[in-house]
Amino acid sequence: MAAHLKKRVYEEFSKVVQLPQEEAPAKKLRLTKPSKSAALHIDLCKASNPTDALQYLLSFARSSVEAESVEGVVRILLEHYYKEQDNSVRLKIASVIGLLSKTQNFNPESILDDTLNTFNTEKSHQVLAQLLDTLLVIGTQLPESPAVRHRLIEVACKHLSDTYFGVRNKCLQLLGCLGNVDTHLNKDGHGSVPPGIVAPGGSGGIGVRDVQSVISDYFTDQDPRVRTAAIKAMLQLHERGLKIQQAIYDQACRLLCDDYEQVRSAAVQMVWVLSQLYPESIVPIPSSNEQVRLVDDSFGKISHMVSDGSWVVRVQAAKTLGNMLQVSPQFLEQTLDKKLMSDLRRKRTAHERAKELYTSGEFSSGRKWADDAPKEKVDTSAVNLIASGACGAFVHGLEDEMYEVRNAAVDALSALAQSSASFAEKCLDFLVDMFNDEIEEVRLQSIHVLRQISTNITLREDQLDTVLAVLEDSSRDIREALHELICFTNVSTKECIQLALLELLKNLTKYPTDRNSVWKCLKFLGGRHPTLVLPLVPELLSTHPYFHTPEPDMDDPAYIAVLVLVFNAAQSCPTMTALFSDHTFRHYTYLRDSLSHLVPPLRLPGRKQAPGVCGIDGSGSVESAQLFLQQSLCRVSTIHNLQDPGAQDLLNFTIRDLQRLGELQAELAGAADFSATYLRCQLLLTKALQEKLWTMAVPLCLKHNAMATAAAKQILEETYKLEFLYSGLENRQVATIHHVRLQAKALQLVLTARTRRGVEPLISVCEKFLQEVESFQRLFVIELPHLQDSFVGKLLELSPRLSACKPGELVKILQTTLRQSGFLNLQLPEQIQRASGTIIEPTGESDNPLRFTSGLVVALDIDATLEHVQDPQNTVKVQVLYPDGQSHVIQPKPGDFRSPGPHRHRLITQVYLSHSAWTEACQIEVRLLLAYSSARLCKAAWRDGTTEGLQPTDGTTEGTIPFGKPVKVFIMPKPARR
Amino acid sequence: MPEIKVTPLGAGQDVGRSCILVSIGGKNIMLDCGMHMGYNDDRRFPDFSYITQQGRLTEFLDCVIISHFHLDHCGALPYMSEMVGYDGPIYMTHPTKAICPILLEDFRKITVDKKGETNFFTSQMIKDCMKKVIPLNLHQTVQVDDELEIKAYYAGHVLGAAMVQIKVGSESVVYTGDYNMTPDRHLGAAWIDKCRPDILISESTYATTIRDSKRCRERDFLKKVHETVERGGKVLIPVFALGRAQELCILLETFWERMNMKAPIYFSTGLTEKANHYYKLFITWTNQKIRKTFVQRNMFEFKHIKAFDRSYIDNPGPMVVFATPGMLHAGLSLQIFRKWAGNEKNMIIMPGYCVQGTIGHKILNGQKKLELENRQTLEVKLQVEYMSFSAHADAKGIMQLIRMAEPRNMLLVHGEAKKMEFLKDKIEQEFSINCFMPANGETSTVATNPSVPVDISLNLLKREMALGGPLPDPKKPRTMHGTLIMKDNSLRLVSPEQALKELGLSEHQLRFTCRVQLQDAHSDSDTHIRIYTHLKSVLKGYTIQHLPDGTVMVESIVIKVSSSPEEPNTKVLLLSWSYQDEDLGSFLSTLLKKGLPAALSSM
Repeated sequence: MAAHLKKRVYEEFSKVVQLPQEEAPAKKLRLTKPSKSAALHIDLCKASNPTDALQYLLSFARSSVEAESVEGVVRILLEHYYKEQDNSVRLKIASVIGLLSKTQNFNPESILDDTLNTFNTEKSHQVLAQLLDTLLVIGTQLPESPAVRHRLIEVACKHLSDTYFGVRNKCLQLLGCLGNVDTHLNKDGHGSVPPGIVAPGGSGGIGVRDVQSVISDYFTDQDPRVRTAAIKAMLQLHERGLKIQQAIYDQACRLLCDDYEQVRSAAVQMVWVLSQLYPESIVPIPSSNEQVRLVDDSFGKISHMVSDGSWVVRVQAAKTLGNMLQVSPQFLEQTLDKKLMSDLRRKRTAHERAKELYTSGEFSSGRKWADDAPKEKVDTSAVNLIASGACGAFVHGLEDEMYEVRNAAVDALSALAQSSASFAEKCLDFLVDMFNDEIEEVRLQSIHVLRQISTNITLREDQLDTVLAVLEDSSRDIREALHELICFTNVSTKECIQLALLELLKNLTKYPTDRNSVWKCLKFLGGRHPTLVLPLVPELLSTHPYFHTPEPDMDDPAYIAVLVLVFNAAQSCPTMTALFSDHTFRHYTYLRDSLSHLVPPLRLPGRKQAPGVCGIDGSGSVESAQLFLQQSLCRVSTIHNLQDPGAQDLLNFTIRDLQRLGELQAELAGAADFSATYLRCQLLLTKALQEKLWTMAVPLCLKHNAMATAAAKQILEETYKLEFLYSGLENRQVATIHHVRLQAKALQLVLTARTRRGVEPLISVCEKFLQEVESFQRLFVIELPHLQDSFVGKLLELSPRLSACKPGELVKILQTTLRQSGFLNLQLPEQIQRASGTIIEPTGESDNPLRFTSGLVVALDIDATLEHVQDPQNTVKVQVLYPDGQSHVIQPKPGDFRSPGPHRHRLITQVYLSHSAWTEACQIEVRLLLAYSSARLCKAAWRDGTTEGLQPTDGTTEGTIPFGKPVKVFIMPKPARR
Repeated sequence: MPEIKVTPLGAGQDVGRSCILVSIGGKNIMLDCGMHMGYNDDRRFPDFSYITQQGRLTEFLDCVIISHFHLDHCGALPYMSEMVGYDGPIYMTHPTKAICPILLEDFRKITVDKKGETNFFTSQMIKDCMKKVIPLNLHQTVQVDDELEIKAYYAGHVLGAAMVQIKVGSESVVYTGDYNMTPDRHLGAAWIDKCRPDILISESTYATTIRDSKRCRERDFLKKVHETVERGGKVLIPVFALGRAQELCILLETFWERMNMKAPIYFSTGLTEKANHYYKLFITWTNQKIRKTFVQRNMFEFKHIKAFDRSYIDNPGPMVVFATPGMLHAGLSLQIFRKWAGNEKNMIIMPGYCVQGTIGHKILNGQKKLELENRQTLEVKLQVEYMSFSAHADAKGIMQLIRMAEPRNMLLVHGEAKKMEFLKDKIEQEFSINCFMPANGETSTVATNPSVPVDISLNLLKREMALGGPLPDPKKPRTMHGTLIMKDNSLRLVSPEQALKELGLSEHQLRFTCRVQLQDAHSDSDTHIRIYTHLKSVLKGYTIQHLPDGTVMVESIVIKVSSSPEEPNTKVLLLSWSYQDEDLGSFLSTLLKKGLPAALSSM
């Protein structure tokens, strides 16, 4: 009793305490302001030596200050600034002021004057530089105030003649960020020349100059860092949209031969910017009377930089070349030009020789020494060793030592080739050569580039030969990139087709896992070149005019590959089918069914035409299927009350129809599945409600209850699938799904109420349910009109009563509403796609167990394709299920996802397995999971502006949906030997 | 005028026997000390008697620098240091120091043990010689003595090859050795900063060649090997132990790796294994790719390439064999060739030049029947391929290096005279710098214009600062007054007063006086005033005083007027100025000679 009393006392006491606490926050805020700056003040006063002061400042800089108190803090800081002897402390104070002026909602104009005053007394160069940096921060905070800008520029100009490079750097940066071209106009109006704008060397001071010429004076500064800063400032001006004068071009070009790499690198950018601004203006070529367009001139100059001494500059130059699309063709083609000679005799390049051999009809290369022997004599005076202009820039770039440069050069080639077909033709040889690069990244890049430009070009046989040689590469990425490339290539002769087929088959035998990719490749190859395939058909199918040849094995991937090629070619070449033998037709029907994505529908002559096959073929099939889908849904929508006797049957049939439709029509699979799942949910709900349990006494209903509970659970699961597995959903559908979920939850609630005794547990459940109803209302305000008649609509009508009533009452209400609520119609969105994931590797076919020592780790390579998965980096996980029920979920690294096409992702990763010892090899299951969290959706909804409420923190549900077929892998952990 | 002298003792308008003497700033340096492959007599080694007729070389040479381990750059080193006699420092890079003795020993063995020559250096001499070697690191500045410093740059070509910058004071010479401007499978490209040497001594082996892209060559090579192996044939690649062999190994190794090939690759053992060991060690000297993958795997730890055993010759099935020597004139490569020559499925790839008379040369020229000793004939059915993998800079590469280093003069060595001629013209034409190509024993002299550092006294500088004017710009010359004192081998610039004080001399005043006749019909004192007002109006910003004793002072210039009583209208102006005010003084005298403007009021 005493204890109870004590408790009471404490309770009472705690209640008393709570009241003032509620008021406290308002007061607290007011208190902190002075205390914060005061504390700083005290701290700084306390600091006996610079180290302590620095420590205080450092810790102060980490904490944030409210906007209202910034000004006060700055004043205190400045007070200390003037007192402080030590440079480093002053420097830190300056930087803290800069930091403070970035505070949100704070107008730094108020501290501008105070900050500017510090310049009068400051002697240390470092501190000056920091102060200028602070000004820069303030200046960028106040972009709309010309007065501030003007004053800042004045300060910057004044300090431009400082002897310390850092100060000049900052001044230039300030000018670049804030300077205007019209600055000098202001000054003309005032008639007074500010003393600051003085050219270095003091020769100026007369006349008014604008920011650009001031900055360009520093292009010849003695310090390379300042020169760099000057160029960067100029680039900054350009970025801010000011027009840079062409007069700078000469200066910028001179900077290209600077001694310092950062200057040269910046100069390359500068020259490029100018070439984009004034591409068509004419510049003279020194030491001759000729003139060229500026863009051509700068192109030549930048090309020259590709053989610079510093690789940083080379990368920059190579990248820049790719952005100069206006350059004239003759200059562009020079970049691939390299005149060869040997002992002063002109020599043809290997590329030229290859081409010649090809055009002369000779097949293989002459295997003779001195085959490349130089022929004609070169006129010594005509040979220009330092190629002026763009000569051979890419030849150098592609041979560079650093792969960064080579990569940049390949990128540039791609950009230029896409804009010029003739250049694309020329650069082909070089790109093909890059397939042999020592770095895989470069090889891959060059394959991708070739694919991008391959629409413009036709490969010659010798080129194709080189390309195909790479098919044997052990890297999967390379091979697949190459397959993609072959899908898009045009070839010129039937020999090429034969060659490609041969190499692809070789690839297939060497790497059987490439099966799908190779088949796909052949599909496109056949589809693109029907006329080239036609003469090859007898040979390919090994038919003979007189003799029956043995029927090939239908399961041989190589034979399937050949058939895929032939059938795809036959699609647009009707005469081809005449060449087929009987078994080919049989195989066609088989493949058409089993590999329908690879084998196109063919119009076969006469009796061989299977009527069933033809029915869904043709272009009209999608529309008719669409129509069918719509009709089915319409039919279902006629059901008003699910209790109707025929309703369930109708639902059952429709679900079956839709499922079949999804299997037949790949385009509509998403929509069909979606609707089928939705209808199944409805069906389950109806069934659960139809049980007689509602009228039964509580003890009796337990048995039936089990069924209803399971149904509710399943509906919940299905709704999550509906919501997260399909892409392309609109708010309307999401609302419908949530509605079903709410119904399922209501059902669960009712069931709980009927099984559990007592009110206590019910209260929390009811509260939770009501919260969910509320959040539903919040999320789908717009959709509510459509939901008039439904479960939620009815609930909301009663809502005032709901929140007040007791659990028992609520359950009753729910029960009746559930039973009364009608069927909510599903509206299909435009496009709906089901996320799918297929594990390609491991195939699950292997009988050899993966052996490893128990307790240690073994890596399992996983290769999977994902389609229509949004944001796979965050959602897709791999689950490993051990036979003992243990399961691990592994989150792959973001880098393991590649995106080979729109809506397609490729997951290539390794999962680490481990287990204690087994006696037998056993199968584990590997599957893909799609993680979801309802918070995501709420956020999305909130972003759309549909609701203003905060996202419900408690309502987030997280979980995973397995998708794709699981794959079984044999593993065998062995006990460690000691 | 100081001079830099360059005298090639070998490699002057010639390939082989590289040995170049440079005297710069009073220092004598020998660059490379190689032997000639073509000779077996005294011409084999450079003529050291050029330096001194008798006695040791130590006192004549300050240091010897070896650029890389090829015998035509280091073959004469033990001979020079041990037999002729040199005890000074020898510089070479770490890899060169490691590999050089192996090659020297091999060379010695062949000459002494096989050919039976006497009077040749011994193993002990090689060891003694190597003890004098001081290793160099890339980009490390090494002080040979107080004045002479050397610095090595990366040169490509072979493992450890270096270009050297030799610097005395502000004079400098860069010697390239052999270098390669295009990277290959195991080495990077040569690189040098903008060091602007007085002379750039460059090799010019390929002075008249512009080479094709290396990618085509590599691709061809790989394709040929691949095709043969797929056919089930055997590939023989005769190589020399070091350099190209490693490049080809890397090339094939990575190709095998990439293409997942199974056929074995063999490498004949011996010298190569030792050399490969050093390649593994000196990863930092290789190219980007090898350096980057080093963390996972050392590229020189070959996975697919195994040691060759003689018994493998008759093994069935495809294989690739690297065997020495490269010209197919003896040894294992010839032995294998004889076995395999009869099968047309097989292939031989010659990766380099072959000297006339060797079997390599014969088959390259398409000879189908070879006569062997004992009147046997060998029918050559296998395919013969030629692939040039050379690691010298071509004409474009040389030009590129010149552009990188920006030398004031150019000197070509290590090339044929005729080819050099062409390149020389080109260099002179395109860079407008002098280019030399001395023959052996011929001296090229380049006059230099070294800057002489002078200490300036702080006071003088401060005074100059105080005078105002623009801040000093290091790129522009600026005149100032001072006194140069040359004393005890040091140069100092001090103010005149200080100089006088130090030297204990008294100052002499130097004044110029000048008379100007002037027609002025006023009294003397009026003329004074007229001059005063006139000058006041002309010279703004100068202090002009009218002194009570009747003289006019402009700064320190005194103007006095006097007139003779007989001609009162002809005034004689007496101008006197000190040497320091020479400019102003002469200006005034010309001004006053023009007379005074009539408009001036006499006041």
